[in-house]
Amino acid sequence: MNGIHVAGIGAVSPAGWGLPALRRALDENAGLPVKEVQREGWPRPFRIRPVPAPVTCPAFLGHPRLRRSSPISQFALAASIEALGEDAARVANGTLRLGVVFCVATGCMIYSARFFDEVLREPTTASPLLFPETVFNAPSSHLAAYLWTTAINYTLVGDASAFLQGLALGATWLLEQRVDGVLVVGAEENYWTTSDAYRRISRTAVLTEGAGAVYLTGKPSGSTPLQLAGITDAEMFFDQPTRRAAMERVRRQLPPGDAASLLCDGRTGVARFDAPETFAWRDWPGRRLSPQAILGESFAAGVAWQCAAALEELRHGSVASAMVSTAGGNEAAIGAHFNRCE
Amino acid sequence: MVITGAGLVTALGLDWQTNVNGFRAGRTAFRPVTLFDASRQRVKLAAEVDLPATLPPTRLHAREIGRLDRAARLLLWAARPAWDQAGWEPSENLPLVLGTTSGGMGNGEAYFRQAISTPSRQGLQTTRAMQYLPQWQALNLAEALGFRGPVTIIANACASGANAIGHAFELVRFGRAERVLTGGYDALSELVFTGFNSLQALSPTTCRPFDRQRDGLALGEGAAVLTLETLDSAQRRGAEILGEIVGYGAATDAHHLTQPHPQGDAALAAMLAACESARVTPGQIGYVNAHGTGTPLNDSAEANAINRWAGEHARHLPVSSTKASIGHLLGAAGAVEAVVCLMALRGQWLPPNASTQEVDPVCGFPLVREPADARFELALTNSFGFGGANASLILRRFS
Repeated sequence: MNGIHVAGIGAVSPAGWGLPALRRALDENAGLPVKEVQREGWPRPFRIRPVPAPVTCPAFLGHPRLRRSSPISQFALAASIEALGEDAARVANGTLRLGVVFCVATGCMIYSARFFDEVLREPTTASPLLFPETVFNAPSSHLAAYLWTTAINYTLVGDASAFLQGLALGATWLLEQRVDGVLVVGAEENYWTTSDAYRRISRTAVLTEGAGAVYLTGKPSGSTPLQLAGITDAEMFFDQPTRRAAMERVRRQLPPGDAASLLCDGRTGVARFDAPETFAWRDWPGRRLSPQAILGESFAAGVAWQCAAALEELRHGSVASAMVSTAGGNEAAIGAHFNRCE
Repeated sequence: MVITGAGLVTALGLDWQTNVNGFRAGRTAFRPVTLFDASRQRVKLAAEVDLPATLPPTRLHAREIGRLDRAARLLLWAARPAWDQAGWEPSENLPLVLGTTSGGMGNGEAYFRQAISTPSRQGLQTTRAMQYLPQWQALNLAEALGFRGPVTIIANACASGANAIGHAFELVRFGRAERVLTGGYDALSELVFTGFNSLQALSPTTCRPFDRQRDGLALGEGAAVLTLETLDSAQRRGAEILGEIVGYGAATDAHHLTQPHPQGDAALAAMLAACESARVTPGQIGYVNAHGTGTPLNDSAEANAINRWAGEHARHLPVSSTKASIGHLLGAAGAVEAVVCLMALRGQWLPPNASTQEVDPVCGFPLVREPADARFELALTNSFGFGGANASLILRRFS
């Protein structure tokens, strides 16, 4: 995959709004505060790490399309604007064709649950303001409207692997010269429905929310140009044994690495979920970072943070190359390889 | 890039020929909603599929079949005949590209109901939570037909099915895959039905696309699946070639979350991009299967876009919307309507929207209102969705 460059990164996470907050949390390598969510009828509270309120109200919230938007859209916007940097102006003035790949696992949970609650109470008065915000592609639509891009825009739904599949898709759009830049965004939001569903799968997992964005272009950018060197096949699995085998196939498709390499894996701290990656990378010779073990599990957003963390380390020169991997949750394992342009 | 297998399920029927007969005659398939309580809804009609309790033969075990939701069943009913027709064998590396808006919404609704009524009860909640995610239906399909490969699920609202086929087309065209299984599916759900009702987008009378008095859309459900492969691959296997996909265009309408730009700017961009991709001019297109939802805003914007795109040719370009027959199938719409174009190209007929009585003068093109035969080589189908997702596909008769 030659000629695909990373021109920007953005993140909103439980560590705060912006990449510096994410980097600080990962550097400190200490678990962030956990909030307990309790609902009547639940046997025990569920632990989450919510995104803190922004220090200052983001300016984009003044845009008419964003006034009633749900947190997932706001996270996605903030991460995207940070990743795009000054190129946002070029999108708006029509000199940069920007494609968007928005990746998500659980979707617009808050408005979906609120709307369906209204439907069950009294369908004749269910709010027409809520319904359009329940659609999977509502956040990417808001993003396109805010940036005023009319180029191709896909919302991909899947497990955590969707984000790296989105990066691969964005890279092909660039290689085919359909666009000048691609914003690949992973975002999730928490609601009690997500917590309730997840507590049935794991009692110890800590769910979180937020967004990560990687801005890809066909030209090197900045003083430390970074590139997407490769993405593995998305290796489908059906159960835990085939998940482990899928992760091993991913490992074999990535470079072996050395002491100067970084691995940003998708482990979250739940041993049985982490087992395929723990096993597949057991002989990894370099540094290893598990951002979601610090921040919490956040599916597509979580893998986006893995990429952001890996790219930050590359940008700061602390490593020579970086791998990102995820064993997925219930679809596919996949990995990516980034390095600096020499 | 050719099509060697196609299957579809609509409220008109579960198989190719029943659907041919229905679309060709302009039959309509609306009836009172039975899948959920619609008694308190403003509109109570939809195009429900008569889905049998059984499934076509697959590799799934009885327990797995028992867990399939309605959307997964629709998908399997469409995929099995496509797979058989193509003569494909189980494979270890077959990409699957699907479009959907709701995925396993039925599971999500059941989950929510129980979560608010008896939150501590386990029941089927874990299964529902897992199967709410659309990748579960994709994996079931792979398991059912015996293949493995990368799964891509595009959720671009009502353009999802067209985007999925377009993406699959590009995978083959640009040499990234030799074969791809693709399509779209969506089942009726209470949340979505009420959502369109809340927007007052559903017709309280009859869905009449491009009618001067049109007053809204009608919802339906269904699925369509296509097997796409290179011409070489199809000929090597001696497969029957049903038709070709030759062009795909996509664009984003940033005008409004639920309303199109009045002049149809993004629709125009998608149609132009599809023509460029197919290396054809609008004048070579012999039929347009319009998105044509029957809402005042969509149809006028789309008509404006078609007028601008086709120019002088518009006066001779037959256009119709098959949503008049089967309703709006949301994430399945683009895939089903691509198959309708394939049927029409193979049979050389035009599907009418018979319910339209007085054509809106904004239509600068002849609206097909009666069953008709025609000679044409290329058909274009439009799909536009919430959030401004616009997609157009061009299909060609294979000769």
